[in-house]
Amino acid sequence: MDGEELTEQETALYDRQIRVWGVDAQRRLSKAHILVSGMKGTVVEFCKNIVLAGVGSLTLVDSREVTEEALSANFLIPPDENVYSGKTLAELCCDSLKDFNPMVRVSVEKGDISSFGGDFYGRFDVVVISSCSFATKKLINEKCRKVSKRVAFYTVDCRDSCGEIYVDLQNYTYSKKKLDETDECQLQYPSFEEAVAIPWRALPRKVTKLYLAMRVIERFEEAEGRNPGEISIADLPGVLKLKKELCDAQSFNESHVPDALLERLVSDTSEFPPVCAILGGILGQEVIKAISGKGDPLKNFFFFDAIDGKGIIEDISNPNPGS
Amino acid sequence: MASHQRSPAIKGAKVLMVGAGGIGCELLKTLALSGFEDIHIIDMDTIEVSNLNRQFLFRQSHVGQSKAKVARDAVLRFRPHISITSYHANVKDPDFNVDFFKQFNVVLNGLDNLDARRHVNRLCLASDVPLVESGTTGFLGQVTVHVKGKTECYECQPKPTPKTYPVCTITSTPSKFVHCIVWSKDLLFAKLFGDKNQENDLNVRSSDAASSSQQAEDVFERQNDEGIEEYARRIYDHVFGYNIEDALSNEETWKNRNRPKPLYSRDVFPEEPSQQNGNMDKNCATDDPLSVSAMASLGLKNPQDIWSLLENSRIFLEALKLFFGKREKEIGNLSFDKDDQLAVEFVTAAANIRAASFGIPLHSLFEAKGIAGNIVHAVATTNAVIAGLIVIEAIKVLQSDANNYRMTYCLEHPSRKMLLMPVEPFEPNKSCYVCSEVCLISFPLNLSQ
Repeated sequence: MDGEELTEQETALYDRQIRVWGVDAQRRLSKAHILVSGMKGTVVEFCKNIVLAGVGSLTLVDSREVTEEALSANFLIPPDENVYSGKTLAELCCDSLKDFNPMVRVSVEKGDISSFGGDFYGRFDVVVISSCSFATKKLINEKCRKVSKRVAFYTVDCRDSCGEIYVDLQNYTYSKKKLDETDECQLQYPSFEEAVAIPWRALPRKVTKLYLAMRVIERFEEAEGRNPGEISIADLPGVLKLKKELCDAQSFNESHVPDALLERLVSDTSEFPPVCAILGGILGQEVIKAISGKGDPLKNFFFFDAIDGKGIIEDISNPNPGS
Repeated sequence: MASHQRSPAIKGAKVLMVGAGGIGCELLKTLALSGFEDIHIIDMDTIEVSNLNRQFLFRQSHVGQSKAKVARDAVLRFRPHISITSYHANVKDPDFNVDFFKQFNVVLNGLDNLDARRHVNRLCLASDVPLVESGTTGFLGQVTVHVKGKTECYECQPKPTPKTYPVCTITSTPSKFVHCIVWSKDLLFAKLFGDKNQENDLNVRSSDAASSSQQAEDVFERQNDEGIEEYARRIYDHVFGYNIEDALSNEETWKNRNRPKPLYSRDVFPEEPSQQNGNMDKNCATDDPLSVSAMASLGLKNPQDIWSLLENSRIFLEALKLFFGKREKEIGNLSFDKDDQLAVEFVTAAANIRAASFGIPLHSLFEAKGIAGNIVHAVATTNAVIAGLIVIEAIKVLQSDANNYRMTYCLEHPSRKMLLMPVEPFEPNKSCYVCSEVCLISFPLNLSQ
């Protein structure tokens, strides 16, 4: 983008959203660089949203080949073997996303997301990862935190008809409009490792069960050396056993993590498209807020479950974080 | 809600979507991905540039084409084997009657106006087809379910109608910028460029209605030998100068209000008229009426700038001159269109001059256009969330899972930790003039049974 002013083309295209978040936010968006890994349905939704919003660039990482499951919730890839054969998920999504907004630079980065160094992550303002193991989430989160400029970090995962978003904005200052005034607010986010290390007994009594269930599934897949989502109903006994172990280890009543919920999460691991749209939308809004520095960001987990229809924010952090 | 449980209900469903815009594009995509195989979609609009920031099934090259048709084609590209029937038509068309509606298992609305929503609501009640309603504005949105006999219909609770203002506030005592916009758009613009036979309150004086005479009517007519510049200044002086002085003569009106200042062109413009012409050449390059612009002519580039009184006055005169100079054929037939750049410039300038006169803060063209055009601010993300929620409710409806129907609200700020807040639907309002009446008509008393 040349200069500071939005071009006439941008003003015409972005008119309706400029009326929502203002010209200044739109300018900041046009300078933002986003990295995304794990091109499944929810992430595809997020990418659509962020490209339409008019970010500076979007870099995609996913070297997996097309499978039927990959196609099931992905509207960017035409189900035509002649088109998708030989290309990775990232490459195919990149081709389609470019069409949504010619003003956004969409590209593919080859390689494994966990192999990139800190200087790589420093190129971005926002990093979103999905379909990653527990260890990889921690690793990339740490790398982002080590970069001297702030890199906003998000994870998003959808299993069947529920999903989770995690947000790490580190030490975050932003402006909040109150009537005619603008206040400066500050939030301190724990790292992913810090957040999940908080003993379950220390969490609010009514904390969303989904948070706990996700952690059990995550730990199970890690212990068994599985790829995220590589789990089935046959694993349920093993999952319930692990749940008991985790709960006993922290003197936590295991009835707080419903077996029925765990059963749901292992039985159907494919994403339910309406939930992809919801999570991708909420995540899109969060990233736009973080880039523009305006509006209350989500701290620090968001959960949605189609069964009860609630979209809930949970603050999983120590009340007195160490400085 | 496991997928194996959902599939049969979804596979065999015949769904009607009304609207292929912001919500519609997201909804059609999500329905297709969720396994729906028979979708009908109605939309009377064609694609505009300002749609492209969120209606992602459309491209620049589609501008001017039917939304319903292009949406269908785009979705078939990733789900080639499903059936999507598109109608480039108004849902209020008599073709879309009770029999038409009866063929569907559920109707999903993605509309942007109350009138069409009411119409669809009544048809759904008459044909006994469940309706999932929705709406978004900026970061806010909601999805509601309406099943005859079980829940409220869309009209059981009164919906707020668009705000209107008292005539005298518009004609004599504006106190907000929106009052100036209404004056500028519905009175001045209409008087100068619209149908001359239409009634117009522009010269009505609250104290002396009787003298709204022949003389007043002639004021706005351009005389045969009158130059455009001369005419423009005369109009300026009349509406911003003379009319204000006339209003001031009624002491009673201003007892407890700030008095407006009359503005005359000779006081506002420091230079001679001949230096005012701007650069008409900039507009000679093309004969396309829609690209004619006073801003371009005067080198005012940024629609976000708030112009000074002088700049607004220059735009006012220049716009008037351009209408008469370049678009004379349209005068007498024009109605305000927010996508008509020159009309927006004129209305903005006139509203600002009036605002300056009454001590009301001036606004940029961008802001004025939003008010004058009733533009709804909109982003892709909210529409995507709402579309997801619509499909979830639609599936419950198809499974007749009545205990789980929910009205869901998408909030900008969490309420009790919730950004998405589901609420149980209410029972029908027994005194609803729409759905209780329909019940009476559809089930006439049959005493023999």
